[in-house]
Amino acid sequence: MNIVVCVKQVPDTTEIKIDPVKNTLIRQGVPSIMNPFDKNALEEALQLKEEYGGTVTVISMGPQQAKATLRQALSMGADKAHLVTDRAFGGSDTYATSYILAKVIEKLGPFDVILGGKQAIDGDTGQTAPSIAEHLGIARLTHIRSIKIDGNKCIVEREIEEGIEIVEAKLPILCTATKETNKPRYATIKGKIDSLKAEIDDITLADLPNMDTTKIGLKGSPTRVKSTFTPKRQSCCEIFEIVDPRETAKVLFGKLAEAKLL
Amino acid sequence: MELKEYQDVWVFVQCFQGQPRDVGFELLGQGRLLADGLQQKLCAVVIGKDVDEGIKGATEYGADIIYVVQGAEYENYSSDAYGHAFLELCEKYHPNTILIGATANGRDLGSKLAICLHTGLTADCTALSVEADTGNVVWERPAFGGNLYARILCSETRPQMGTVRPGAFKKLEKCKNNQAVIIRENIRTAEADILTKVVGFIKAHDESGVKLEEAEYIVSGGRGMKGPENFEMLQELADLLGGTVGASRASVDAGWVPQTKQVGQTGKTVTPKVYIACGISGAVQHLAGMHEADTIIAINKDASAPIFEVADYGIVGDALEMIPAMIKEIRAVKNLD
Ligand SMILES: Cc1cc2nc3c(=O)[nH]c(=O)nc-3n(C[C@H](O)[C@H](O)[C@H](O)COP(=O)(O)OP(=O)(O)OC[C@H]3O[C@@H](n4cnc5c(N)ncnc54)[C@H](O)[C@@H]3O)c2cc1C
Ligand SMILES: Nc1ncnc2c1ncn2[C@@H]1O[C@H](COP(=O)(O)O)[C@@H](O)[C@H]1O
Repeated sequence: MNIVVCVKQVPDTTEIKIDPVKNTLIRQGVPSIMNPFDKNALEEALQLKEEYGGTVTVISMGPQQAKATLRQALSMGADKAHLVTDRAFGGSDTYATSYILAKVIEKLGPFDVILGGKQAIDGDTGQTAPSIAEHLGIARLTHIRSIKIDGNKCIVEREIEEGIEIVEAKLPILCTATKETNKPRYATIKGKIDSLKAEIDDITLADLPNMDTTKIGLKGSPTRVKSTFTPKRQSCCEIFEIVDPRETAKVLFGKLAEAKLL
Repeated sequence: MELKEYQDVWVFVQCFQGQPRDVGFELLGQGRLLADGLQQKLCAVVIGKDVDEGIKGATEYGADIIYVVQGAEYENYSSDAYGHAFLELCEKYHPNTILIGATANGRDLGSKLAICLHTGLTADCTALSVEADTGNVVWERPAFGGNLYARILCSETRPQMGTVRPGAFKKLEKCKNNQAVIIRENIRTAEADILTKVVGFIKAHDESGVKLEEAEYIVSGGRGMKGPENFEMLQELADLLGGTVGASRASVDAGWVPQTKQVGQTGKTVTPKVYIACGISGAVQHLAGMHEADTIIAINKDASAPIFEVADYGIVGDALEMIPAMIKEIRAVKNLD
């Protein structure tokens, strides 16, 4: 069973602060982490490998510092890691990113199972992984709970709003993991030490000769960020201190009734 | 084809087992604003085995035209069958704008269409408008967990596409006497072209009658509620208000409340009339899912908690003391004692 996992390095969004004067995002000093859902994707890959044998390859597109995330994946148990990196890839939106990752997967493949996260917590789009499947022309099932392999088929439990669907699909398949899929393992000490020595090669544009360069980077991205802003939270909150809870409740519901909200 | 030849705003009215999901109707309301801004028609797309409820709803919520694709192969959603049907419709009619609800299936379909049509898709939009001079839709969405918002354009290609989370917008009033033109297209997808097949379904058991995204009153509890037993009083207050209980991720992670109750970036987006946040600090990830509520009431011991920055009414104090008093008071108001 050959498995590839797409992992993204993201800023820890709980640590992001807004510069109160300039009203911009302060990115400096914000730690970079492996996208939480990608950890679930990796865990699922490792479990599949344990059950059915095979190899787990992790890939990440990003700058050199994303190698830290790839090393973390190796320390958890992945067998191989590649960094997809090139100036020409910068500024890619989900269309271009998924196209590049699909080309990389084609080059490294063939794979039976491709795993990714439900969404990345920085961009939060949840589009990249299913789009990779589309570029590759293979089946995909998003938001999975579990995956079982049966010959050249798989049975997947998939979360939708109304419940859990049980879906049968042919391999190869791309699946996306959520927090409910599993509980990611911790790296072992040995894994950590080994991962420091592991080689992680760069895959650049030059390594991908059959890439259509009109589809990559900023120029290949159909969407453009026109502007950004930080949400204005003007505080016009009417504050009550509790002297007598019942009295406060009375005043509060009085206000709601006045506003025809009760 | 030139960009201006792409016409009309399409809304995918997605159904589950023949029942339309509300998000399609919420989007018809937004679609109407865009269609009027672009001076184009508002169209609904209904795909399924049973399509009657979808057609009825799309009519009542104001579609001018409804494109219908019907067949046994569309009983359950699959990227392949739904994608194929939708793409055929796009090739025939060339829509200008497509809006899709950001459900699990909607996100999947959106990414398929965007790749196949070589166009841009903006996910999880929270505000939509039209640039009058260019006819571009301005897609506004949060990023970095709600710390930043971006306005995104897809100016070079059509259709321009976006997904919107369920509950992010309200449905308009039903319009009883709307006359929609119904266009049925005979598009079939061969069995062999459908790579995924639904073979079973386990229904999620609803904890309460009112769905989070549809509730008009939400009483939400966070870590400050101290334990699962205290969610009972939140439930009682919610019941008295005719609403439902929500939660922060901290209380979901603690195992006090099921994940389906989580509000926020990785939970649900809600826009109730009244949102009562009890013992919730108001992290941006939580605010991202509820700051559009009409009226926000926050109960928190800590006067400097960020939840007070979005609240309309703030009660600085112990939620465990305040909620029983609110229950008593509302019972008195409703003459229940
Ligand atoms: C990728 C990512 C996604 C996330 N997605 C979400 C999401 O979708 N939804 C979400 O909610 N969070 C989300 N979070 C987590 C978020 O950052 C916060 O950690 C979380 O919202 C905190 O929950 P809380 O307010 O209940 O807990 P805390 O932050 O611990 O706040 C508890 C509050 O209760 C108050 N309190 C304590 N005792 C009492 C009392 N007796 N009476 C009144 N007040 C009291 C305290 O003053 C405090 O303000 C996400 C985080 C990440 C990294
Ligand atoms: N730059 C990247 N490198 C590797 N995987 C990625 C990258 N961007 C997105 N992904 C994968 O796609 C998933 C969804 O990302 P997104 O569409 O950005 O929310 C992530 O959880 C990853 O598995």
